Amino acid sequence: MSADLIATLLKYAVMFGVFINVAPIMVWVERRGCAYIQDRPGPNRVGPLGLFQPLADALKFMFKEDVTPAMVERPLYLLAPALALVPAFTTFVLIPFGPDLQVSGRTIPLVVANVETGVLLFLAISSLGVYSLIMAGYASNNKFSLLGSIRASAQLISYELALTIAVLAVLIPVSSFRLSDVVGYQQHLMWGLIPRWNFIPQILGFVVFLIASFAETNRLPFDLPEAESELVAGFHTEYSAMRFALFFQGEYSNMAALSALGVTLYFGGWSLPWIHLHGWLGAIVGLTVLITKIVLCMAAFVWVRWTFPRFRYDQLMRLGWKVLLPLSILNLIVIAAMTLAGWL
Amino acid sequence: METLIFFLFAALAIGSSVVVVAHRNPIYSTLSLVLTLFAMAVLFVLLGAPFLGALQILVYAGAIVVLFLFVIMLLNVQKADTPHTYRGAQVWAAILGALVFLGMFWLAFWRTGLRLHEAAPAPLTPELVSLKGLASTLFGEYLLPFEIVGLLLLVAVIGATVAARRAGQSGSLEEDVIYVSGDEPRTDPLLSGPDPRRPSVAEPAYKPSPKEAHS
Repeated sequence: MSADLIATLLKYAVMFGVFINVAPIMVWVERRGCAYIQDRPGPNRVGPLGLFQPLADALKFMFKEDVTPAMVERPLYLLAPALALVPAFTTFVLIPFGPDLQVSGRTIPLVVANVETGVLLFLAISSLGVYSLIMAGYASNNKFSLLGSIRASAQLISYELALTIAVLAVLIPVSSFRLSDVVGYQQHLMWGLIPRWNFIPQILGFVVFLIASFAETNRLPFDLPEAESELVAGFHTEYSAMRFALFFQGEYSNMAALSALGVTLYFGGWSLPWIHLHGWLGAIVGLTVLITKIVLCMAAFVWVRWTFPRFRYDQLMRLGWKVLLPLSILNLIVIAAMTLAGWL
Repeated sequence: METLIFFLFAALAIGSSVVVVAHRNPIYSTLSLVLTLFAMAVLFVLLGAPFLGALQILVYAGAIVVLFLFVIMLLNVQKADTPHTYRGAQVWAAILGALVFLGMFWLAFWRTGLRLHEAAPAPLTPELVSLKGLASTLFGEYLLPFEIVGLLLLVAVIGATVAARRAGQSGSLEEDVIYVSGDEPRTDPLLSGPDPRRPSVAEPAYKPSPKEAHS
């Protein structure tokens, strides 16, 4: 085995560790956060502050009976939950998590796949996530599930446009699709004072990105595919036990992946403002900073979920096509003009 | 290693595209179309064009096929709807397609006389298919054709919207365009339930267009 392969596997292991632990921790944050917002204790029995609650949940999911309804489209029904996690995890390999590391004369970039078309690949893979929802809804042979997945497909197409155009605006001043270049660009200072994080000049694009990412992850103001007040549980109505848990984890993984992208694009990724560390210390601090930023971002997801009521479907569509898309195009034009004028 | 990956995904592309045309359930056909596109994207990457591969997934697998699925599920096309009566037509279409394909193949080899390295234009270099190369070619040398294609697509979109409106002129205009514009709230009973502001309950949920009513 070559050293490069070992390095890649190690980096992969690090990202896998981050990825796999994000969901249980976020479930805890979600439940405690919602309890705090609703002024009640929340889960506080298992372990200190209820921290081991996710473990108890996981055990429960494993030992519950797994019911497969009789009339399902079996191959798709079984494949759908497995596919829920794949796109989110695959996108994680594109996120840079530290400065270049020098190990025995070798330069190792701290990103698993440092590809030229990084951002595009991220968007491409994450757009495949909807197939899991569509397959689940169709295969369940249940009208609520089907309605949920029809909503999911229409919603994802509508918001992906705005999201992609908002992301493209970030890439104009960076003039690279590589995510590590995006981070590198943001490490400089504006006017020698404040960090050049993209959300400052591109606040409009950031707002569009934020709203669209709520819709992309089916989180609450836009969780129409699983609106429990009308569709029971939407596309995963017929799933139980561990298969349901996979969808559950898939939702949090998608949140984590989009948070990681948002943090990398708009908030400097793994870098700290004013402080530049190198070597192993830089790597460890970089990873910690990235995780902290992702967790803060996801806490905002939780906060929004327990604050806003759900949109109606036509409102969702109108917002996507008539507000977000024009705004994102406006942002693109403004950023392009500012870049041409040399302001960015 | 690369050869192995190539054969794996080439076989996957061929196999899944056969499923696309052969499977009787349209959902399975569409899903295996995704697989085909994915395998094609991998082949693009192997050929040194990761940008094209990413675009292939982003545009086709990520958006267009989702739209296909959306339409299939909305119309609720079932297995039984796949007509058996078209069996003869399918055979003829297959033969015709094979003939056209073989003809193109033959033409390609006949024109070049099996001397591909001499007759073919200069091979695509990595610089040419890289992001920068592609961009400078597209927005430099071929700017005008690019803009014309863009304009053509815009015209097609406007045309489709107008055609959709005209088809549903008999009162069901909103039902046709609600997913695109969302202008008229709650007119599609399937997605948002009855409108409380509309007094009539007896109104049928689905009005057949004049064309359908005749058939």
